[in-house]
Formats: sequence, C-alpha cells, structure tokens
Amino acid sequence: MHKEFLMGNEAIALGALAAGVNLAAGYPGTPSTEVLETIAKRNPGNVYVEWSVNEKAAMEVAAGAAYTGARALVTMKQVGLNVASDPLMSLEYIGVKGGMVVLVSDDPGPISSQTEQDTRTFGMFSKVPVFDPCSVQEAYEMIQEAFEFSEKYGTPVFFRPTTRIDHGYEALEVKDPEEYHVHTYEGFVKDASRWVIFPRLSVKNHALIEKRNALLSDTFSDYPGNRILAEQEKGCRKGIASHGISFMYTLDSLRGRNARVLKVATPFPFPEKLALSFLQGLDEVLCIEELDPVIERALLHICGKYGLQVKILGKLTGDIPPSGENTMEIVNKALGAFLGQAEEKLTPAARELPEPPALPVRPPVLCAGCPHRASFYAVKQAMKGKKTIYCGDIGCYTLGNAQPLDMCDTCLCMGAGIGIAQGVGHMEPDTRCFAFVGDSTFFASGITGTVNAFYNQADMTLVVLDNSTTAMTGHQPHPGTGRTAMGQVVEKVSMEKVLKAIGLKVVETVDPLDLNAAVKTVKRVAEEPGVKAVIFRSPCIAISRPSGHSEVDQEKCIGCGKCIRELGCPALNLASDGKKTRIDTALCTGCTLCEQICPAGAISGGKKNDLLAGKGGEGHE
Amino acid sequence: MIFWPGREEKGMNKNIILCGVGGQGTILASRLIAAAAMNSGIPILTAETIGMAQRGGSVFSHLRLGEGVHSPLTARGEADLIIGFEPGETVRQLPFLKPDGAVVVNTSPVMPVSAMIGKAPYDAGEMLSYLKEHVRHLTCVDGEMAAKELGSSRVLNVVLLGAAQQSGALGFTSEEMEQALKEKVPARFLALNQAAFAFGKKTKNS
Repeated sequence: MHKEFLMGNEAIALGALAAGVNLAAGYPGTPSTEVLETIAKRNPGNVYVEWSVNEKAAMEVAAGAAYTGARALVTMKQVGLNVASDPLMSLEYIGVKGGMVVLVSDDPGPISSQTEQDTRTFGMFSKVPVFDPCSVQEAYEMIQEAFEFSEKYGTPVFFRPTTRIDHGYEALEVKDPEEYHVHTYEGFVKDASRWVIFPRLSVKNHALIEKRNALLSDTFSDYPGNRILAEQEKGCRKGIASHGISFMYTLDSLRGRNARVLKVATPFPFPEKLALSFLQGLDEVLCIEELDPVIERALLHICGKYGLQVKILGKLTGDIPPSGENTMEIVNKALGAFLGQAEEKLTPAARELPEPPALPVRPPVLCAGCPHRASFYAVKQAMKGKKTIYCGDIGCYTLGNAQPLDMCDTCLCMGAGIGIAQGVGHMEPDTRCFAFVGDSTFFASGITGTVNAFYNQADMTLVVLDNSTTAMTGHQPHPGTGRTAMGQVVEKVSMEKVLKAIGLKVVETVDPLDLNAAVKTVKRVAEEPGVKAVIFRSPCIAISRPSGHSEVDQEKCIGCGKCIRELGCPALNLASDGKKTRIDTALCTGCTLCEQICPAGAISGGKKNDLLAGKGGEGHE
Repeated sequence: MIFWPGREEKGMNKNIILCGVGGQGTILASRLIAAAAMNSGIPILTAETIGMAQRGGSVFSHLRLGEGVHSPLTARGEADLIIGFEPGETVRQLPFLKPDGAVVVNTSPVMPVSAMIGKAPYDAGEMLSYLKEHVRHLTCVDGEMAAKELGSSRVLNVVLLGAAQQSGALGFTSEEMEQALKEKVPARFLALNQAAFAFGKKTKNS
C-alpha cells in the first residue's frame, strides 16, 4: 500500500486495476472521462484498454469480454448510457460470466450535460444492481466489491459516482501494482441455451432476475456500504436518509444535533431489512437526495407494505429541491427546518453583504484561435441574406451558439443535428439546412444519420468540424486520429472516404482559417442538390503549437471594432483609449482570422497554419 | 492532534477557495496547496471545476484542510481564505468568506467576450472598491505588472500563492510551499515558478 492524492476518477481506476480488470472500454464524457484515461496510464501491462467509437460499442465490447469470464469495465457519462441502453437492457437477461461493472457518472446540476437523469432509476428500470459511492475513499473500495458482486451473481452492475465524487480529490492508501488481484478466466464456452437471447430464454431469466434481486435486497442489508448511524441520545423520533455526496453534506451539517441516519449505497435492490430497522420508532424521516427521489419512494413503499406510520419527507413533499445539485446551503437549510437550528457557536456565521455591482457574465466560449470560430464565421458570411437553419451538436462547437457568432440554432444529443436538419428540410423546402458535427461525434453517431439523409433524398449540407481530437473532454483520440487509447499508431478512418462510400457526390475539405477559400467553398457546395459535405479541417489549438501571435498597428487601427464585434475572440480587447483593438498576446495563437477581416489591414504577425493534415472534437461533453 | 503550522491556537480546520476564469491555472494552485498539506500530514479534500466551464467560464476550487471534514464543498460564510485570480470572480465568491476571513486578489481583470461586444457591462474598478469596503484582510496583487516583470502571464497562480503565503492566511511556511513547487512543477518551468513565488511574497498587505 502507498498513499496518493487522487481525483475520484483516478481512485476508481486504481480500484478497478486492483480488482484485476482485464478489459476496459468507454467513450469520453464529463464527468467520467478520467477513469479510462487513468487505466490506460497506470496499466500494469496486462489490461486491454480502448476508447470505443461510442458507448454502445463500448458496452458490447465489455460484454464480450465478460462472456469469456474476464473482468470488464465500461465507462460513460449518464447520457452515454442512453446510447448504450440497447445492449445493456438485453445483457441483463443474458447475464455475464466474468465480473462486469458499468460505470456511469451522473451530473447533478447539470454542470456539463443535457439532462439530470438518475442512473439509480435506470437501475430499477433495467433491473441492474446499483452501487452509489459517497466519497473518493469509498469509491476506491466499492468498485472492487462491485466486481465481486457482479461475478458472484452473474449480472452486470452499475457503479454511479456523481460529479463531486468523480472530480473530488482525497489522499488515500492504495494498493501497489504487486498487490493487484490477477484475474484468470476460462474463455468463452459455447452454449446456445445460455448466450442466445430468445423469448423463451427471456421469460425464464426474467423470473430468475426477480428472485435474485429479492435475495440481493437481503444481502445488501448486511453490506457495510449501507448502514445506520445511531442517534446520540435515546428517544430520537427523527431520521435522515441520504446517499452519495449528500450524505457527506449531511454529516458536515448535523453539528451535534440528534438524529438517526441511514446511508444507502445500493439504492437498487433496496436494502429493505436494514431500512425497516432504521424506521423502527421514528415519526419522521427526511430524505436528502440528488436527482430522483429514489430512497424517498423506497421508504414510502416500505411504510405502505408494512403499514408503518412514519412520515417520509423529501423531494415529493417539497422539503428538498426537485432539481439541481445539492449544496451545503440547501442541506443546512433543510436540516434547520427539520431538526431546528444547530447551536449558535457551531453554525456558520451569516455574512450580510450588500448587493455587489453587476458581475461579469461568463458563459463558456470558444478559445482564442479556435478553428471552429473561423468555420462558423465562413458559413455565416457565405449564407448572408439566405433563409437558413444551423443544427448544432454536442462538443466544443456547441459554444458557436454564443453571441456574436450565433451559429447554433438547435442542439439535442450526439449526432441529432443531422437528423433534425433533414426533418426541418422536409417540412420547409425553402430553408437551407446545415448540420454541424465534430469529428469524434461524426464517428460516434453521425454516420447512420448521413446514410438516412442520402437514402431518403434529403437536401442538406453536412459540415464536419474536424479539429483532429475529442476536444471538450480533454483530447482523447478517435478513429480519425490514427491513435488508440493504448498509444498504438493505426490506420486512420478517412471521413472523406466514408462520405463518398455512402454516395455523396460533393465532399470538399478546406482549411477554415483560409477565410476566402472557406467562404467560396461553402457557397459552391451549398448550391449542389441533395446531401453534400464540407469538411473544415484545422487542429484544435490545444494539440498544435501556436504559430506566433498577431498584433494591432495602433497607427493603422481605425477603431471600427469589427474584429471584436463579429468574432468574439477572447484575445481581442479594447486598447486603453477605449476604441482601438489590442491583442492579448498570451491568448492569441496567430490564427489570422482577425487579420483577414480587418478593413484597415491593421493586424499582422500571425501565421496561417497551412497544414491540411490532421493530427489528433468533442465527446459527450 | 495534527500540527497546523502557525495556527495551533486557532483550531485545526481551514477552508480555502480559489476562483477565476477557466485557463488561469487554479487547478495547479490547488494541487500545490494539497501537496503542502499532504507533506505536513494534514488531511485534505478538494473539489474542482472540470469540463465545459474551463472554456473561459467562471471556475472555482474548494479546499478543505484538517480533521473531521466530510464533504469537499465549503458552505457560505465558512471560507478562511479566498484567492481570487480575477476581481469580478472574487466578488462572486465573497459570500463564502468568514467575516474575519482573508482575500488575496489579482487586480487585473479578464474581460469577458460578453462585455467586449457590449452585451453586459463589467467594471473591474467597482469590484475592487467593493472588495476594499467589505474585506477586512485584503491583499492586492497587480497581475499585469507581475506578468511584465516575470515575462510570463502563465505563473499568476504561483504569484498569488506567494502573496497568500506572506499574508499569513495560507497557513504554510515558505519552505513548505517551495517544497511543493519542487514536487509538482516540471523541472523546465521550476525556476520561473520559483521567481513567481518570490515575486508574490513581496506583496504588501493593505
């Protein structure tokens, strides 16, 4: 054992390695991404690791490994689980031989996601058991136990940390590589009655699953992750039930007040026996949860089932906010209302501050020098005065929605922009429909939509923003980059060839930082009938060296403000006179876009990156 | 009992908030404080902003040091120290400060695109007056001057740590912070970061 200061996701990865994981697959998505990255980085050498093309592929690859008896881990964010739900729903009926942990990170808030869906609820729906850790330390131990449970009961299991566990840091004792469990496996054994899903098998296995989950409910009542913290003084009539990071907020917030506390680490199957003994003698229980009222509903169910007169409070009664992330303030307030205020000396000093001046408004923006800015600007210029719709997608380029670019009219989920552009086009033939998709998103879920468009005679322009990486989630490789998660150099998948093979006649690749050529290309391609594509290729600034920086000749600058007003680049500021432009040389990458639009020719010094060759996107944010 | 450098009489827990704009280097600063805490055997929990907000949005790190702490997030009114990488972001986090807490702030603003294109005003001067009025222990650092003198704007994080160290509010000795730098900063950037720390230490408290 040795001590390390670890991010939750790093601790989870090290826990999986300690459990002898043989294969790990996933698709990037905040807040889950660092788990797979850490497994790749800390791989003792015998683990197969891949960034899959999407979550469905990852789930299937992991299932195959688990069919052989190997231990498999698959990682994704919560909306990624929607993509992977098809194989998972059926896999639960088939079961696994080796332990298989499905890590899904939930994002209360949501801080970096489209939805506030709760994987605990997905557990109930899919009948897959769920492990819900409350701290980095617990996550490290719990993922090892999750593999044991999965293997013992022959079912995939969910492991669902939330953002504050994934991205929290703690110092903890972890195993040295020599102490890792080595998991040997038998290999795949042919047996059509076990591995081939047919209705007859499904109905038989469905009954077995229900029986097993009833058994697991009992087993989980003795699982140490689920526990009751006894009240300090006798005669306590009030209880608090919580989970995950909210349980830690509860402990910090209690400050000596008397209450019985139930911590739930396995929301499904719910530890009913443990909950029954928790409820014994209580009048009221406050459920402090994030996302869905899972514990609250389970306790209501138990009270109904056993005829208990205990009042259950929580989200359903309005005592806890129904949406959003919990904070210390929310928990302090709810506990104050439920238990009465803590003693004054223990309560945080209220700080009365007058209303501050108008705070800066800072939505996330495209980086200075980001090639996506140039791509959006080129399409905007080319389509000036025309009726258009710009369907966006998931990735850094969603930020093209911000003023002044305002180039993202819709955004739904990975790959959806391509389908939405078609639907709008079928209903509004006079609208020029554009779908913007990043390179990683194109491979993840853009290809089927494009086939659909071509087959069904849609009229649309597909714009692939190829920055040669999965940028938003921290630069993971994808099929177009020619690198794998394990650092192998492999043959790139060419998106030009894919598009041509689908049947597209017009597929043009252009450097967006060459503004003139980019605008001309878009004008020309958009006039073509049917489905056509423009590929804007220029590497993400985070994976390419800046080629110097631009400077404004203060003599020549006429202070018209066009560059600032039209581009919205964070490197463009006003000089001290409040009129002329000044460039923040620490941010500027010398992309030259502002040089190309300056009507006075006052900006120079940048260097156009004239390489069309990509090096290394997006991900599920 | 855990030894808390220079703070034995004041209790053992300390909450620190780092705040700024994505890309300003708050995460490394958080790692440096964590390394100093670990070297002194002080338990530490931290929470960071990772993801979309890193693209020029408001970001924060919460650090909680000492025993008996469960969650990595600090409640309002409970931070002992705020290290603000930017005036407006510091004002945004001010409700978290204890009444007698300390603030170290970089006085050079990062202008948001929304202000540059005239969609939302931002007056950094107003922010600084607000801080001066409502913070008892305020230390101002001229980040722009620091960048000029050091020849780099990328070490603002370590300049601010230097200022926080000399103000006494950080609770670690100079040697402990320098040791953390040696452990966490790549060798080729170490001299620059050491210069940045020394520069920050010369800051006068107001």
